[in-house]
Amino acid sequence: MDQSKIRNFCIIAHIDHGKSTLADRIIEQTGLLTEREMQDQVLDNMELERERGITIKAQTVRTIYRADDGEEYVFNLIDTPGHVDFNYEVSRSLAACDGAVLVVDATQGVEAQTLGNVYLALDHDLEILPVVNKIDLPSAQPDETCAEIEDVIGLDAEGCPRISAKTGLNVHDVLEAIVHRLPAPSGDAEKPLKALIFDSVYDSYRGVIIFMRVFDGSVRKGSRIRMMATGAEFDVTEVGIFGAGKFIPADELTAGMVGYLEASIKDLKLSRVGDTVTLAANPCGEALPGYKEPLPMVYCGIYPAETPRYPDLRDALEKLQLNDAALRYEPETSQALGFGFRCGFLGLLHLDVVTQRLEREFDLDLITTAPSVIYKIHKTNGEVVDLTNPTNMPDASEIDYMEEPMVEAEIMLTREYIGPIMTLCQERRGIYEGTEYIEQTRAVLKYRMPLNEIIYDFFDALKSRSRGYASFDYEFSGYERSELIRLDILVNHEPVDALSFIVYAPNAYKRGSQMCEKLKKEIPRQLFDIPIQAAVGSKIIARETVRQVRKDVLAKCYGGDISRKRKLLEKQKEGKKKMREIGNVQVPKEAFLNVLKLDEDD
Amino acid sequence: MDGVGLYLHFPFCARKCLYCDFLSFPAGEDEKKLYASAMVREIRACADLLHGRTVDSIFLGGGTPSVMPAGSMREIMRAVNESFRISPDAEITMEMNPGTVNPRILSFASEYVNRVSLGVQSADREELGALGRIHSAEDAERTFGMLRGAGIGNISLDLMLAVPGQTEQSLLGTLGFAAGLMPDHISCYSLIVEDGTPFAAMEERGELDLPDEETERKLYYLARGFLEDRGYRRYEISNFAKQGRSCRHNMRYWKRGDYLGIGLGASSLFDHSRWKNTPVMREYLEDSGDPGRLVRELTRLDLRGEIEEFMFLGLRMDEGVSGDDFRENFSLELTDVYGDVIGRLAEEGLMEKSGRDRFRLTDRGVDVSNRVLAEFLFDGPEDPSGSPGPF
Repeated sequence: MDQSKIRNFCIIAHIDHGKSTLADRIIEQTGLLTEREMQDQVLDNMELERERGITIKAQTVRTIYRADDGEEYVFNLIDTPGHVDFNYEVSRSLAACDGAVLVVDATQGVEAQTLGNVYLALDHDLEILPVVNKIDLPSAQPDETCAEIEDVIGLDAEGCPRISAKTGLNVHDVLEAIVHRLPAPSGDAEKPLKALIFDSVYDSYRGVIIFMRVFDGSVRKGSRIRMMATGAEFDVTEVGIFGAGKFIPADELTAGMVGYLEASIKDLKLSRVGDTVTLAANPCGEALPGYKEPLPMVYCGIYPAETPRYPDLRDALEKLQLNDAALRYEPETSQALGFGFRCGFLGLLHLDVVTQRLEREFDLDLITTAPSVIYKIHKTNGEVVDLTNPTNMPDASEIDYMEEPMVEAEIMLTREYIGPIMTLCQERRGIYEGTEYIEQTRAVLKYRMPLNEIIYDFFDALKSRSRGYASFDYEFSGYERSELIRLDILVNHEPVDALSFIVYAPNAYKRGSQMCEKLKKEIPRQLFDIPIQAAVGSKIIARETVRQVRKDVLAKCYGGDISRKRKLLEKQKEGKKKMREIGNVQVPKEAFLNVLKLDEDD
Repeated sequence: MDGVGLYLHFPFCARKCLYCDFLSFPAGEDEKKLYASAMVREIRACADLLHGRTVDSIFLGGGTPSVMPAGSMREIMRAVNESFRISPDAEITMEMNPGTVNPRILSFASEYVNRVSLGVQSADREELGALGRIHSAEDAERTFGMLRGAGIGNISLDLMLAVPGQTEQSLLGTLGFAAGLMPDHISCYSLIVEDGTPFAAMEERGELDLPDEETERKLYYLARGFLEDRGYRRYEISNFAKQGRSCRHNMRYWKRGDYLGIGLGASSLFDHSRWKNTPVMREYLEDSGDPGRLVRELTRLDLRGEIEEFMFLGLRMDEGVSGDDFRENFSLELTDVYGDVIGRLAEEGLMEKSGRDRFRLTDRGVDVSNRVLAEFLFDGPEDPSGSPGPF
């Protein structure tokens, strides 16, 4: 396939600026197949073969555009998952592209997420095509928006398409600009195969379906491939391209193309996102950069809100893992919460996605405990153990010293927020390593920080203190010795294991007080005073009290009020069911996670 | 209790109060008369329903029944007397508001009614204004005098606690005013801000200066102490009476005696079923001659539902619930069913033994009674109701 006729790109935008509307218009105004493909009647094959097919997870779409120059161009529109924030998968999707269409709402101008997206795209050396959208609205200010794009982002907005994705106005300009302003792929089809896995899905009939971008070389059915990171080898059973939401088989995938590959792969762990695919017989010299072994960095306990659903939770985790190689889990027991699992995640976003999927797709009601990182405990007997659950921390007398995981954090932001964000990083024990100025308006702050300081709510704090104009990425960078202790929380004089956490010793007092204050807000008032205490060992370091309810009485209850009274009492009883009983105290299930969100009330 | 109660609903008022979420609205004479005729049709159609059981309490409530044309009220009461067997010593209560009582309605009352419940609410001008009441303390005093003059021997006053701006001082003023009239019965209700009322909107906007829980309870105990010192015994959470003057009709609600509701939106408990009449005036006016068509939200109570009600209603009363009554009603031992719950609540200081085989809420139990009473609901899904009802 002639690479000069291919454009691999994504659309990036602030939320609600019109990303998906523009994607829809592009698909509408282009075709599904080239003329040659139509003659080959690929469509029939597809329909015959794909009756029981699955829908494509990432909305990766290939469309054919007949440009004004009379040539047909293949557009591979690669969707990036909605959330761009420090997301490894997003970065892999971007790595599969050569360019990006940046949509900016002419009524809103450049917004926080616009910048975050642009920074990420620039990191991958993508050519960026700005598009000013929603010019049909009365409040649109296209000239000002263009000026902002030039001043704030630093992109040339001269002559950029001004469109209404909603009405379709000037969408044609976008298609032409994609042809003329975004680069074609520039790989070498004669070189050994070098392809990037940017996504994959698991299908119970077909096994793993790999989504990939071919940079060099080619691959076809029957080729023996090798995954460079895992070393696993497979025989290719099918390659193909993406139609509108369907898989269309093809003879081969060559340099510059985006498509899918099947090779009867049963284990997702052997074909990881970010890995490089090459030919076993003729491997390429080195893998594409950027592959990360999906190492769980954050652990938390996940428990069913209703104890009898433990087996359902186990089945759900098993199923999720088929599609999510990075998810780890093992059973654990909590005195407060009963049977559950300690689960490992790539980061907080991953944790969030998994818990949401568990709740939505498997209809589970969950209690999630505070996330924790993996600490290394060097015991006095010379043993080194990994600590993923604070409850398992050995007695202080058995501990020689402890280490905690560190990260190199890069925070991209506009200059005006450097002050507040530096303050934030210092509060979170960050060690300043330097500032890089990218352009007049943008800078990158570099910090070395303990991971446990960023897993709770650092990201939220960063967003709120920069009004959204900061984006953030981090990389794991080894362990460092640290002074750590376990903080226990007692509710009504009973220690609650699910609320224990590891804290940097000099911060223990402050964190203890914050936890108590926060719990005071989370635990509803009950019929008696409830003391909430933070303790280190046997020493109480902070205390709050949830005051008892003074009044909860219905003054009037006559003939017409009785059904209503019953409903009120039933609601009362229902509300109680949504709580976890700890000792004789009702604790809402969200409290276990919310207690560690410290910054939101400041 | 073999007697039956009758509740007659009059959904009209001179003006809607700011806190009111009852089914009532201002209306013209014609509409009131049309409504009265519809009530007469309903009463006559229900005549056979009681199978000759004796009516020993009647309650004319609203709304404000005293805004009805006296002639219409007479027609209604005549129909009641003709359709049902009324016990000679039946308690017949009519709700009235000060400032709505004219000589004609007074004359009706003296002829047909032996108990009046007067909505005084407060003696404080500003509090009355804040509540959106249309009368003054002087109006209340004058009306009270007129009622006594008309021979109403049994009068109850409604007072309100936790009114916006209310202080211990102003409440003492109201209580002194009320006790000074020497009524037979006093109800003291704490204001509840109900959804959909102007008060709810005002509270949302932060315009309502409501006392906090602590203050509200102080006001409640202040009223209790004041009234008990003057011979008014608290026999239910919010109701106080001189010896022998407890409201028979209201006691029926808490003891789960049968009662038949007549009129728009009126509720009934009859023969193990609860239902409400339609709250839609057009439907009521069309169908009142065929009461089966008025029935809404019909629930046939199963044993479990009846037991739960027995507890959460019975425990509102100072006398509480008795094992004897429980056994008589359900052929079960109270302590077998609820021994654990009662034991636990007693341990928490929320319930106490009030006699041989008798239990009630403690003062603290009353304060948080919603939470206490919820403990008497059983677990598990409700049985669906499949009963055709009484019609």
